[in-house]
Amino acid sequence: MSKVSAPLLTVEKLDKQFGARWALRGVTFSVAPGEIVALVGPNGAGKTTLLRILGTLARPNAGRVFVGDIPTLERANAARAAIGFVGHQTFMYDDLTAWENLNFYARLYDLPNRAQQIRAVAARVGIEHRLNDVTRTLSRGLQQRLTIARMLLHDPAVLLLDEPYTGLDKVAADLLDQIMLDAQRAGRAVLFSTHDLERGLAVCDRAIILKAGRVVHDLARGAWHNLAGFMEIYARVLEDRK
Amino acid sequence: MRFLRQVLAIVQKDLAAELRTKENLSAMVVFSLIVLVIFNFAFELQGVDITVVGAGVLWVAFTFSGILGLGRSFAAEKDKGSLEGVLLSPVDRGAIFLGKAISNFIFISAMQAVTLPLFAILNNVALPWFPLVLYIVLGTIGFAAMGTLLSAIAASTKMREVMLPILLFPVSIPLLMAAVKLTVGALQARAFSEVALWFNILILYDVLFVVVAFWVFEYVVEE
Repeated sequence: MSKVSAPLLTVEKLDKQFGARWALRGVTFSVAPGEIVALVGPNGAGKTTLLRILGTLARPNAGRVFVGDIPTLERANAARAAIGFVGHQTFMYDDLTAWENLNFYARLYDLPNRAQQIRAVAARVGIEHRLNDVTRTLSRGLQQRLTIARMLLHDPAVLLLDEPYTGLDKVAADLLDQIMLDAQRAGRAVLFSTHDLERGLAVCDRAIILKAGRVVHDLARGAWHNLAGFMEIYARVLEDRK
Repeated sequence: MRFLRQVLAIVQKDLAAELRTKENLSAMVVFSLIVLVIFNFAFELQGVDITVVGAGVLWVAFTFSGILGLGRSFAAEKDKGSLEGVLLSPVDRGAIFLGKAISNFIFISAMQAVTLPLFAILNNVALPWFPLVLYIVLGTIGFAAMGTLLSAIAASTKMREVMLPILLFPVSIPLLMAAVKLTVGALQARAFSEVALWFNILILYDVLFVVVAFWVFEYVVEE
């Protein structure tokens, strides 16, 4: 695992503004080692913006983020080495093979034993037999698996996933759940956004409901008991126009 | 060393992608050859001394076809969000700039390597390879460096194909003037002392463009 003394995620009073519109207002929470947290909310709630800031792809207007004890704004590259990120796009080069793509990212992370690591993550996501295929020839689902392999390549302490189930069939989605559960057992922190509440709630320990850029609920698993219980809370949040 | 390994990884990635498709390089070479042929017909009819106008013809071919390659440099990175994948990695932004600039320099140089002999054949001139190649290499360094930076800026705009030449040509005027003057000097076999001023200007702009682009790049690619 990456060298982070306390692999957890801390978000303090995060604000993000696009023009006159506030995308995030005072977002504060933390993710403990071995915890899986689902980030849910309606479209435009700020989930992607939040994950992009946590992944160091965007800068907040105010607030701080720590990966372990590493402040992501001040020591971005140290934080990046400890973060694995899956976004809306694959981050892959269409004209390179799956192997070339993974090898490229392994070189950027300056990993030792690259070939061994690539084979291991490829086998983990079930694409080891397609490593020599040019990426553009892979289906959307296989490209998403490749993206997940890239996320795991450097064995990050914090996993950030933005709508990771997109394009995955049931087998692959189950595999992703298993990867998140394995990360949990290994003491990593996992934060993922999803609109697939049934699947997301089944795997997470906590759910954070984001609405209009604010955390309106931060619920431990015991607070909702089952999907129907959560939907009741969620429906109230959506109906509340404040 | 880590910095250099990351620069090398970016260069090799760009070369591998280009060697697989050859889209960028072939477009640059074809465009450059078309420019040469058109100018050749125009000047042949009027009996113009090619050692006088040849430098201009060459640099029109180099810069216009170079723009084609530079335009694709970051557009391709943006298409599938792969630039964000690179930005997510613990890579110094200067390493990304250097990697992309070196790749662009290699692609433009490859195009020039095809263009120059054809220029000599079409115009029936014996090229003074030294110092001509040196001047072209020096001109290309600054052009590729600034082009890489501005390509990153243009790729974030809606009209990226239009934006790059609008941004790059005005900024590159002093560099291109020096490169053209030096190329004229080389074609006319002038003594170095006659073109030393332009040589110094070219070196100055190379250093300026590389240093400025290296430091500014981080602010261009970061949100």
